Amino acid sequence: MARIQISDLIKRYGKAEVIHGIDLDIADGEFVVLVGPSGCGKSTTLRMIAGLEDISGGTIRIGDRVVNDMPPKNRNIAMVFQNYAIYPHLSLRKNIGFGLHTSPLSAAEKDRKVDEVAALLGLTPYLDRRPAALSGGQRQRVAIGRAMVRDPQAFLFDEPLSNLDAQLRAQMRIEIKELHNRLGTTIVYVTHDQVEAMTMADRIVVMKDGHILQTGTPMEIYDRPQDVFTARFIGTPSMNIFRASEGADGFAPDPAGTALIGIRPQELRVAADGPTSLTAAGPVTVVETLGPETLVHFRPEGMDDALIATAPAHDIPHVGAQVTARAAPGALHLFDPKTEVALGRR
Amino acid sequence: MSDGSHWMHRVSPGATLRWTVLFIGGLIMITPLLYMFSSSLKPGADIYDLRLIPARATLDNYRAVLSDGRFMRWFLNSTFIATCVTLSTLFFDSLVGYTLAKFRFRGRQLVFIAILSTLMIPTEMLVIPWYLLSAQLGWIDSYWGIMFPGMMTGFGTFLMKQFFETVPDDFLEAARIDGLSEFAIWWRVAMPLVTPALSALAIFAFLGNWTAFFWPLIVTTSQELYTLPIGLSSFAVEAAIKWEMIMTGAALATIPTLIVFLVLQRYIVRGVMLAGLKG
Repeated sequence: MARIQISDLIKRYGKAEVIHGIDLDIADGEFVVLVGPSGCGKSTTLRMIAGLEDISGGTIRIGDRVVNDMPPKNRNIAMVFQNYAIYPHLSLRKNIGFGLHTSPLSAAEKDRKVDEVAALLGLTPYLDRRPAALSGGQRQRVAIGRAMVRDPQAFLFDEPLSNLDAQLRAQMRIEIKELHNRLGTTIVYVTHDQVEAMTMADRIVVMKDGHILQTGTPMEIYDRPQDVFTARFIGTPSMNIFRASEGADGFAPDPAGTALIGIRPQELRVAADGPTSLTAAGPVTVVETLGPETLVHFRPEGMDDALIATAPAHDIPHVGAQVTARAAPGALHLFDPKTEVALGRR
Repeated sequence: MSDGSHWMHRVSPGATLRWTVLFIGGLIMITPLLYMFSSSLKPGADIYDLRLIPARATLDNYRAVLSDGRFMRWFLNSTFIATCVTLSTLFFDSLVGYTLAKFRFRGRQLVFIAILSTLMIPTEMLVIPWYLLSAQLGWIDSYWGIMFPGMMTGFGTFLMKQFFETVPDDFLEAARIDGLSEFAIWWRVAMPLVTPALSALAIFAFLGNWTAFFWPLIVTTSQELYTLPIGLSSFAVEAAIKWEMIMTGAALATIPTLIVFLVLQRYIVRGVMLAGLKG
């Protein structure tokens, strides 16, 4: 296990700077998820930690060693790739044991380690098979097994679940989280899927355009996003962000309003009673029935975009019907209309 | 209407024409081969009898050729040279192809174009510099002299580069993190993933060197170093031309190439399709 410290990290390709001096301190045993849209620099950052990309400036420290110029093999880290990177010409046993070929262990000890890891990941019955005979989830487990067998200081995951279907992805999320709980090894995990970030991370790092926008626990980021981008990016469905004006009954949507506010769909309730900080009304455009609750898309007068609100599971309005949704005090997020930086909650 | 006539109706006139042309083309190509095998089974007196099925078939020619020490020597020479050049081609072409496909360095494109441009120069033009080089280095009339021009080829490098480009970078990076040296990554990870290309290249290289005539003829002078094609052609310039012996020798020389081709022909097709070139 190891602490990973990144300070003032810069990456340039020719004259184009893609990572602009980021700082990040990952504690020993922490599960950190780098999340952001395509091109935000999260994979580049991970590859620099792995040593697969040179760094243009700054310092990366793994444990107590500066690893800036250290080749990947000497960093004692293991990486799991999106496309599994397991070798089709080798059996599972050889794939899992591949990382041990430079190890000073005896052949018997290496075999024992492979057996241990295979048992942990439920791969024992398949050890003599080739990867082509496995499902996507099993292949990803082999890739994780190959990383585990070396007892690395840290695991690096580069969008490891992107090639799996939704059901398998949910299952693998739990498996990876359980594995982390059991091993306690530092994990740096890259994804563009905010659900993965929310469900797995001890700490989320939101990145955009080569900058870190915010770091925090999943609930800190969800409850207190520091800007409009993070507010929209984290949470499903995305937070409603719109112009509003304040009246005697709290805020109301208003394209000409001076306030920029955000409200999560889960906190904007259709036909809700009680104290109100925001009231919005309009005709229903789309209804999404989720089972436990229903998402209602409606467009307040004068607005280009629809807002999303939540209705009880069995109280589903029809498309075209007029609905009124309300948010309770404390649910609103206020942003600066010019800088889009968070101003606080109301 | 019978089943047979029904089947006939489904074949379009265009397809019939294509098949006929292909059949005639195939016949034109295979006839000399069949005639060679047929002549090798005829006694010397019947050699100008043009019938494809020999009137009197005999294996005496094979006995005579195989008991001639020179033939076995040339056969072994050809086997040694073709094998060495094939192994060398596989090693160097795949190493250079891998480097060009998977590493970014200044001048990479220039090197690739330079290698590719060698494909456009006919062998006849290269023979003079090869000969001068051999003479300078003392390689005339030596195995090394016969082998060196084919030990690395532009075609093979191009073919291997195309194949290596299909190998995902993740595979190589995973091995890099696992601690393999760059050479070990090429040998243990990348090479097993391009086996079809290696097979195709091996066939091209082996057949090309097995049948090579022009350069070995120029660079060798002593009979002990002759390859099979040169040795067989020397039968024709001896005092009495024995066609049945030449045909028998040629038939024996063809057998290994036929076996190689029949066993590995699907790799040749794949290799040609990928490279978009003929060997």
